[in-house]
Amino acid sequence: MSAPRGSASPASASLTSGSEPVSGERPVRVLALWSPDWPVTAAARAEGVPSHRPAAVVVANRVLACSATARAQGVRRGLRRREAQARCPELAVLGRDPERDARLFEPVVVAVEELAPGVEVVRPGLVALPARGPAGFFGGELAAAERLVDQVAARTGVECQIGVADGLFAAVLAARRGVSVEAGATRAFLAPMGVEELDREPEVDRSELVGLLRRLGLRSLGAFGSLEAADVASRFGADAVLAHRLARGLDPRPPVRRHPPEELAVELELDPPVDRVDAAAFAARGLAESLHRVLAGHGLSCTRLGVAATTASGEELLRVWRCAEPLTPAGTVDRVRWQLDAWLTRGGSGAVVRLRLTPEETVTAGALQLGLWGEVGVGDERAGRALVRAQALRGPAGVGTAVLTGGRDPAERVRLVPWGDARGTLDGISDDRAGPLVPAPGPPVVDGVAGGPQDPVPDLPEDDPADALADVLADALEDGPDRDLDGYPAARCLAGGPGSSGPGSSGSAPGGSPDGSARDGSARDGSGVEGSARDGRGAAPGAGEAGGREGGAWEPRRERPEISRDGSGPRRGGRGAGRSGRPGGSGRGRSREPGPGIAPALSPSGPPRRNARRGTRRTRPVRSARPALLAPPPVWPGRLPAPSPATVPVDPPAVDLLDAAGDPVGLREIDLLAGVPVRVRVADGPSGEVVAWAGPWPVQQRWWVPGAAGSTRLQVVLDDGTALLLTATRGRWWLTGVYD
Amino acid sequence: MVAPGAVPAGVDAASRLEVARGLLRRMERPARSEGARASPTPGDDGRVLPVAAPLARVLPAGGLRRGSTVAVGAGPGSTSLLFALLSAASASGAWAGVVGRPDLGLLAAAEAGVRLDRLALVPRPGRDLVAVVAALVDGLDLVAVAGHERAGVRAADRQRLAARVRQRGAVLVALGAWPGADLELSCTRAAWQGLVGAGAGRLRARHVQVRVRGRGIAPDGRTAGMQLPGGSGAVEPPADDAVSVPLQAAARAAV
Repeated sequence: MSAPRGSASPASASLTSGSEPVSGERPVRVLALWSPDWPVTAAARAEGVPSHRPAAVVVANRVLACSATARAQGVRRGLRRREAQARCPELAVLGRDPERDARLFEPVVVAVEELAPGVEVVRPGLVALPARGPAGFFGGELAAAERLVDQVAARTGVECQIGVADGLFAAVLAARRGVSVEAGATRAFLAPMGVEELDREPEVDRSELVGLLRRLGLRSLGAFGSLEAADVASRFGADAVLAHRLARGLDPRPPVRRHPPEELAVELELDPPVDRVDAAAFAARGLAESLHRVLAGHGLSCTRLGVAATTASGEELLRVWRCAEPLTPAGTVDRVRWQLDAWLTRGGSGAVVRLRLTPEETVTAGALQLGLWGEVGVGDERAGRALVRAQALRGPAGVGTAVLTGGRDPAERVRLVPWGDARGTLDGISDDRAGPLVPAPGPPVVDGVAGGPQDPVPDLPEDDPADALADVLADALEDGPDRDLDGYPAARCLAGGPGSSGPGSSGSAPGGSPDGSARDGSARDGSGVEGSARDGRGAAPGAGEAGGREGGAWEPRRERPEISRDGSGPRRGGRGAGRSGRPGGSGRGRSREPGPGIAPALSPSGPPRRNARRGTRRTRPVRSARPALLAPPPVWPGRLPAPSPATVPVDPPAVDLLDAAGDPVGLREIDLLAGVPVRVRVADGPSGEVVAWAGPWPVQQRWWVPGAAGSTRLQVVLDDGTALLLTATRGRWWLTGVYD
Repeated sequence: MVAPGAVPAGVDAASRLEVARGLLRRMERPARSEGARASPTPGDDGRVLPVAAPLARVLPAGGLRRGSTVAVGAGPGSTSLLFALLSAASASGAWAGVVGRPDLGLLAAAEAGVRLDRLALVPRPGRDLVAVVAALVDGLDLVAVAGHERAGVRAADRQRLAARVRQRGAVLVALGAWPGADLELSCTRAAWQGLVGAGAGRLRARHVQVRVRGRGIAPDGRTAGMQLPGGSGAVEPPADDAVSVPLQAAARAAV
């Protein structure tokens, strides 16, 4: 081990010895101000623990820091909490909160800053500052240290110690000991200290290095520092090089001064006060340009701009502009002008005397590169400016666009996003992944993938009326002479059966048959469930009615198993079984569908014969066209299928649903009306006689939460042609949609 | 264009009077358009915003003429009719805005084919309704306004907006009465399909007669049947009567 440059100073801790400099590379004098046990001090102050009472901050059952009184009673860092309490029964155990530590330390920093500039906060509890300034001003390092300690104690009541040395590391160690190390004596000051002093910083874990050095017999900083720097670098790694520099009394880096936050805001006094838009716009132009000069000088771009104005009457007006794209000078001028326009034309606030622009949020200028093939076309830009203009009038949240999200009700499937904000959907799905807008008539493919917009299926030949008609006629001929599309026993209205009869026979989705979600559910269960024959029969009227135009005729049957799983099912199934109003053996019932004897043949093991012909045609493209890796869109069983109500009241008004006698029609069961609705009365809304109705369809949401209230939907057509969507919840009917 | 004289014989006196007035208007129009041509209006250059096929058949230009004002009469089907007017233009990249409808069923709009990312909404314009509409007309292609009757928009405001719309080449769609509109659309004879009766079925489509009146159309207007909305939520041509009629009849019979 060769001695480093210069002579290895005698290992003396004297503050006065070793006046020769280590080398030409000499760290600056640093004054460190250290408040002992700051986490404990801060926590005790926050919790109101008196300072004479022993206290400790405990993290993960281990003592992180303890006060001096606690230390005197034997509490040490790293002790278990129970052991610490055993040694010191009156110990106040406090929790750790780094943010609180920093917050409470701020007054200390401010107090120091009053006397000495350029304060660098190393961590809460420890600040460093160049010693030269205060030492020169107060006439010596000792005098400066005295003033600082007094100042901090007087202003904040915090005890602190001060150390002065060459370099931050030595200064901190000196502060712990309350000494001043003379210039050039740092190396001698450090040499006798143990290597574990290298591991005092909470952020840096050097325990491994320290342990290694001790095992190598390098127990003091002097011994470690006497190693060749190259040897350390080649054997111990980068961090050891840093530690080696510290041990030799060199500074790894000069202290970074803490600058007061840069004032980026620009302000303009308007004299005489401006009350005309054009004059204000002229002023705004210069102001916006100076703002952009300031920003450009810092390499920043503004993404949120605060426009503030003070009026002659003393009123303060402020509006923050949020921008999806960086503000150009022209864009800034526009916004300021529009904002002033809005304020001045509204009137009532008088002339503007002061204008202030604050960049509320800035990003590095380079981060705001626009796409090469600008997504912003000319028309889009024009529209964007118009919308921003409207925002000036109504506020940023007053203008928005809509994003489709998941949900079951028409209202909850749409979310409004203020113009300028990102249109990302809540759960990270893009618009077209929010589920199929138009529920695709489902093929009997049990692949668990709901039909999406990319589904090639929707364009189906059943749009061809002739084809559809032919099918219907063929079915009618096959199934019975009295088969008609509508001859469905009306007697079931009280049994609630109708709800399960239509295509809306899914427990949660009216007409859920075309809904991809239902198919998903069926896929989950494998769809081979006993009893689906009966279900199939129950669903079949929907099939008969829908089969002509929609391909999902067999779907209700398939989704039945899913219903029995999601909570609403058993009820539904039980009702289907106990459906008395629908005589299963009656000629009519049988005529609509193949009778019970035939039903098993229609069980989900294969599509119904009636649809088999088209079903195969439809199935093939789906299987081949859908990419296997495409994740299925989120599934919302019980979603209302298209068409959706064109008007969705913001606050659904209460609805009186009355029967012929004028009594309110309630729900006997969640899916069973207590009477025949005849009249609908809505305060300030559509009212009239009920011509036709469909439902009720129970919607089970969050059924796994105890006490979650379900709701029930009902579609009603009034005599004037208005169709309403009613929802029963909290014991009455509400108007949740108007098919306007 | 329907010939102005093509009025079936035997209509009553009021209709004949209306026809006569229409003839007069048509004769006056060339003179007026001469005057308009002196000050060129950038919007009125024949550019037409596309509309869905069933509607295009009844609209005089086969679409929404830029610079024009359209009133959609209140009543059942008005909002769906608005979506139908917006859908094709929106799909072709035009920007649309709706002012004053907080209760707009945006899901239905999306089903009708309106691109939601190009549909700006100002649900509550408050007393700035005219200013907001004027601002939007500057940049958007189609602006729909509702609640203007409630907000007390004066005739002068309407004229100012109409002039701005003409100058910018936008189309203003007013939900509700808008005196002075170039076109007036309304839905009549709405009949829902899909309710099989007594709780069965579900709402699937609505057959309506859309009636168009206004400039460029015979005074008694034009009428066309269509499904609004159709099964998918978009406007569709009328379904085959053979299928739809029995359904309606049965629905009535069942109740």
